[in-house]
Amino acid sequence: MLAKRIIPCLDVDNGRVVKGVRFVDIRDAGDPVEVARRYDREGADEITFLDITASADNRETIVHVVEQVASEVFIPLTVGGGIRTVDDVRRMLNAGADKVGINTAAVFNPEFVKEAAERFGSQCIVVAIDAKRVSGDDEPLRWEVFTHGGRKSAGLDAIEWAKKMADYGAGEILLTSMDRDGTKIGFDLELTRAISRAVPIPVIASGGVGNLDHLVAGVQEGEADAVLAASIFHFAQYSVGEAKQYMADRGIEVRL
Amino acid sequence: MTQTIAVIDYGMGNLRSVAKAVEHVAAAADRVLVTDDPEQILSADRVVFPGQGAARDCMAAISDHHLNQAILDAAKHKPFLGICMGLQVLMAFSEENGGTKLLQLLPGTVRHFERNVADNGERLKIPHMGWNRVHHVTDHPLWRDIQQDSRFYFVHSYFVAPQDREIIAATTDYGITFTSAVARENLFAVQFHPEKSARDGLTLLRNFVQWNL
Repeated sequence: MLAKRIIPCLDVDNGRVVKGVRFVDIRDAGDPVEVARRYDREGADEITFLDITASADNRETIVHVVEQVASEVFIPLTVGGGIRTVDDVRRMLNAGADKVGINTAAVFNPEFVKEAAERFGSQCIVVAIDAKRVSGDDEPLRWEVFTHGGRKSAGLDAIEWAKKMADYGAGEILLTSMDRDGTKIGFDLELTRAISRAVPIPVIASGGVGNLDHLVAGVQEGEADAVLAASIFHFAQYSVGEAKQYMADRGIEVRL
Repeated sequence: MTQTIAVIDYGMGNLRSVAKAVEHVAAAADRVLVTDDPEQILSADRVVFPGQGAARDCMAAISDHHLNQAILDAAKHKPFLGICMGLQVLMAFSEENGGTKLLQLLPGTVRHFERNVADNGERLKIPHMGWNRVHHVTDHPLWRDIQQDSRFYFVHSYFVAPQDREIIAATTDYGITFTSAVARENLFAVQFHPEKSARDGLTLLRNFVQWNL
């Protein structure tokens, strides 16, 4: 059967990995190419780059990073951050990315997702959804889509939005809980399960991973098809290989 | 000896990763050409035929680039590796886009995954995306140094159902058991993406560039 995927994510700012990577045997800890190489050696199933470069002038740097990584790392590569036009998609695919993550631009212009999926195929269009709980304590659970790093609600119900994006041709959903992102207390499992059950396409859980049990819960309770984590791998708290072995020991099919 | 390996470019999907992976495993003297020129495809020593996207668009792109004959000729006469849509369009007919006539080299159809729940109750997402096991059902030089049931990277919603079961080279389970590789004489074609399948994928591509008929 199909293996559950473990996807390390690199936040890249001006061509450098941020969040302070501290691998002892990497000469330049901030070099995304070196970090990607290492994740590949450890058995990562895919690698995601999130470009957080603020200035549009410096966006070209991520293109060079992708070009370099793609010439020596032969697993699927996803690039997200600042993808707003069909030209942005084409540039990333030409650089060697296999998929692009579309987030804010999908919220402001859903037709863009349709256009990109028709042009390049659903297999390379990942719609990233940043969701936050908006229901009160006694209400049924409800999440809305947020933009601007979780500061602004887009006024969209997250489940309905995910369904719409699947209809529009998204090949996959990258789902981040803005309540959990950076907390290290685990995924929002109710959110993950609700979205995973609502759409026919694969869902990648993201936001909140602090230990390997969180990855296991994301798959077993959250029903995610893939789990994404940044800091537990960045800080070499765990290797990707250790994470996979841990999941395998708990009955999850992974590629070892 | 130097050789030319043509990667057919007909505007469908990202060929860069295929070309890069082939370059990675080819000998230093080999030439890897990404081309839509029928002449170059016909004169190449080996041909890689990748592809992504919808069946109808792929067929239209092949026809717009006047590649039908060159592809069929290469697939009959020289080491030829189809990848993903490059496997599917070799068949006769696809269910996709309300029914699409294909290149008709291999009898059989291309079908959509119907099941969305597996026998164990697990939901089956479509596309079938990720790393799944490839079970060799024939010995073939392209399987050399690749263990039985190794995992390769897949991303597709349709699968091939060849009429001639003799050409099935591998199968994969996803709710059903489907054909994930076919082999016939000089032709080998796979549903998965060897260019994205880490070490085993590179091994398969290396076996292809070294394959002597």
